[in-house]
Amino acid sequence: MAIVETLKSVFLAIPRGLSITFKYFLKKKVTTKYPDVKPVFEDRFRGLHYLTRYPDGKERCVSCGLCAIACPPDAIYMEPAETETGERYARVFEINELRCIFCGYCEEACPEEAIFLGHEFEFSAGDRGDFIYTKEMLLANFDKIEKDRVAKNIKPFIRQEKFQFKKPAEPLH
Amino acid sequence: MTPVQIIIETIKVIIIFAGLMTAIAYTTYFERRIVALIQSRIGPNRVGPIGLLQPVADAVKLLFKEEFLPEKSSKIIFSLAPLITFIPACMAIAVIPVGNTISIAGYHINLVVSDLNVGILYIFALSSLGVYGIVLGGWSSNSKYSFLGGMRSSAQMISYEIGLGLSVVGVLMIAGTFSIAEIVRQQSGSILSWYFFKQPVAFFLFFISAMAEVNRLPFDLPEAESELVGGYNTEYAGMRFGLFYLAEYGNMITVSALAASLFFGGWAGPVLPPVIWFLIKVIFFLFVFVWVRGTLPRFRYDQLLRFGWLVLIPLTLVNIFVTGLIMVM
Repeated sequence: MAIVETLKSVFLAIPRGLSITFKYFLKKKVTTKYPDVKPVFEDRFRGLHYLTRYPDGKERCVSCGLCAIACPPDAIYMEPAETETGERYARVFEINELRCIFCGYCEEACPEEAIFLGHEFEFSAGDRGDFIYTKEMLLANFDKIEKDRVAKNIKPFIRQEKFQFKKPAEPLH
Repeated sequence: MTPVQIIIETIKVIIIFAGLMTAIAYTTYFERRIVALIQSRIGPNRVGPIGLLQPVADAVKLLFKEEFLPEKSSKIIFSLAPLITFIPACMAIAVIPVGNTISIAGYHINLVVSDLNVGILYIFALSSLGVYGIVLGGWSSNSKYSFLGGMRSSAQMISYEIGLGLSVVGVLMIAGTFSIAEIVRQQSGSILSWYFFKQPVAFFLFFISAMAEVNRLPFDLPEAESELVGGYNTEYAGMRFGLFYLAEYGNMITVSALAASLFFGGWAGPVLPPVIWFLIKVIFFLFVFVWVRGTLPRFRYDQLLRFGWLVLIPLTLVNIFVTGLIMVM
């Protein structure tokens, strides 16, 4: 009968539903009050890129191009060059952050631990051109992070000294 | 009427109307916050301290929006419909007493705009008028969704108005009067003289039909966002839409006030001043409205009508019959 069924739901089911919603009403909320309170990210969070340096300030990138090959949306552009001592470096290194999908393949591909994705995520701009990050900007990102790391006295997670053969290699010519 | 009395009455009307408008504005904020808290969110908290200026921002936004007229709508009825819904929603609050009689400088002031001896009939008459706005708005929009919303609302309102009217009859039989002010006065003795304890079934039936009458979830079929886009207000924008919105919340406040007055002693209560007690009770019922909205899904159309005709109305009739039996014995 309609009346019996309805009364059952009114007196059994609905109060149970109401009590559940009331419990949630009193519970702690999950919302982060974002602009006032910065969200806390896991270490694995992938944000704005940075190019690392050795402790002596020399940049690590040797412009091998592996990150540009690994990059699915083709967001990385680089032009290699050599110093007088024959060391390779990137003359131009640009990342288009609007193309980037923050997959992190570049940091996986990098043999020199030169490129990483940091935790910075607030880098809006009014112009599309401002989203093309040059080498200097990416190194500056690292300097900021490094300063913060030193200030907080956290151990670095990348090897600090340049890789050396046990026996110095003979010059070829 | 002496000039002083006219001034007093005018001030009363202005205060009640301004109070109602403010209450409507803040009920929208209240509802958004409560529903958010139920859903583990925070809700609007950016405009002003803890979001208290949100209603102002909403009103400004609605006022500056384009007043859009659908090309093939009946323009005059389309423009009139929101007003037809809004004005009765504002008028209904007039017969509800917000406090006991007070005397200032020798004048006894009854804290009710108009102590009609047919107060309850007046409220029901006005709430039926409000349906016309919704039906006409739905029809004149010349849109299938609006039309379906309007149709549904007429069917729903007719079904549930009977339940609403009959559920109050039990209280009226005990009270022996239609005047709401008088009914509240009868309950002002102690908590046990509240009609809720004499007519508990009637209260639940009243509250359910009231929910249907003001188109609140789980009875918001005329609106039904998920199936009818926006129901009768699909084609409305700007302040015309705003008026429908205000009317819905105005009705909600009126019904909460009516439930408090008929069953929970209105302004009656210890220690605190009567007006505060009245507000506490109204806010409680508004909270229940929002709480139910945050809990229950919408009825299906056939379930709604079956519930109205086969459950609600028979139960109200049984309630009247039992009340009569007890009174005779």
